[in-house]
Amino acid sequence: MQLVYLLIEIIIKCVVVFGGLMLVVAYMTLMERKVLGHIQVRYGPNRCGPYGLLQPFSDAVKAFFKEDLVPGRADKAVFVLAPTISMIAAISIFAVIPFGDQFTIPGTDWVVKLRIADIDVGLLYIFGIVSLGEFGIILGGWSSGNKYGLMGSLRAAAQMISYETALGIAIVGVLILSQSLSLTEIVKVQGGGFWNWNIWYQPVAFILYLICGLAEINRTPFDMPEAEAELACGFNIEYSSMKFALFFMAEYAHMVTLGAVAVTLFLGGWQPILPQLGFIPGFFWFCGKLFIILFFFIWERGTMPRLRYDQIMKFGWKVLIPLALINLVITALVVSLKG
Amino acid sequence: MIIPILKGLALTLNRFFSKPITVQYPEEKVPPAKRWRGVQYFERDDRGKIKCVACGLCMIVCPSQCISIETAEDEEGRRYPLTYELDASRCIFCGFCEEACPVKAIFMGKTYEWVESRRKPLLMDIEKLLEEKKVNP
Repeated sequence: MQLVYLLIEIIIKCVVVFGGLMLVVAYMTLMERKVLGHIQVRYGPNRCGPYGLLQPFSDAVKAFFKEDLVPGRADKAVFVLAPTISMIAAISIFAVIPFGDQFTIPGTDWVVKLRIADIDVGLLYIFGIVSLGEFGIILGGWSSGNKYGLMGSLRAAAQMISYETALGIAIVGVLILSQSLSLTEIVKVQGGGFWNWNIWYQPVAFILYLICGLAEINRTPFDMPEAEAELACGFNIEYSSMKFALFFMAEYAHMVTLGAVAVTLFLGGWQPILPQLGFIPGFFWFCGKLFIILFFFIWERGTMPRLRYDQIMKFGWKVLIPLALINLVITALVVSLKG
Repeated sequence: MIIPILKGLALTLNRFFSKPITVQYPEEKVPPAKRWRGVQYFERDDRGKIKCVACGLCMIVCPSQCISIETAEDEEGRRYPLTYELDASRCIFCGFCEEACPVKAIFMGKTYEWVESRRKPLLMDIEKLLEEKKVNP
């Protein structure tokens, strides 16, 4: 019986997290357009429903009714598979994100932990899946049989190799501090007020994580694979209809997961700012912090132009990786000296 | 490198909190310029009759030839337009008719929104041109 209850709990959690994530992704697109609009001193979409709140649904309906083209020279199986890979990778990261502490269902002694899978190698799992997401982009561009698509894929591959190294090294500092790969443990170590958050102990790692993360999900200062100006949308040039929408959603889902991981690793996850504010459920703290990070992602997109390809490579190899290594060495030294 | 980025971020955040300059068009409208040339209207004289004497100068000067006039004379021997037709679908709003008019009968109005799904309603006759006066005080 216990097993059945456990199964039911997991299924309910999966459905709720998936639905919630999709909703956040849908409204992320709206938020991006609204915030970018206000940054450019205009309103953004505000015709569809009050304040444009129904815009994501109208976009979805539009995407459904578009013609679904597969180019004649495309590798059809891979072409169809690529957006799915991107989407699955983006969603499955959320399986290990702890978005709240635990609570007991009233009237029973059944404890519900607010995360789908509490695995010990959570961080390793995240980095495994994150790089999988890039394969969707690489395969998508390559299989469409278009030269711009291929260029986009090549850039995506090069960028992934350059920035994932720095991303991984930057995270190791957090690992040294928390001495655990389990995300729940990492959050618990940061409990008890904002001064215990990892961002104060690992500020360089936090900044490196944000920069490399943006490069990893191909967001604006680093959106080389889909550079509109030179590559005419790059890897997704041949995609239309729901396949394009899948890529689009995957991009935003990646952004949300990147933000969620940043909150978990550096901003104390579901922990409140002050211990006295613990009466507010951890879930809301998590969402609030995630919102700030997501706002930053949009904000920086409205600020920075795209880097040139050679600048990105130079920046990745000559600045970020050495910085990440220095940060790692110093962290390790300090921790070992403290005993 | 870092300080310019921070400056840029501060600028965009400042812009984010400023009021958008967008005019929400169908609800809010920008008033047309002082010398805006919109849809024409007819002016009446002191006795409430149309000023037009059907001299045909506007018809001659019109580059797109959208004006056609049939002349008539009343019992006092005064010429007046029996029919005056202005095809607004062909009019290019150059304002030559207003300039050419010797008796200041036709003027360019302010109306700039006029959409029809058929051509017929775009043919302006005398009544329509007088009607148009009401939206151009």
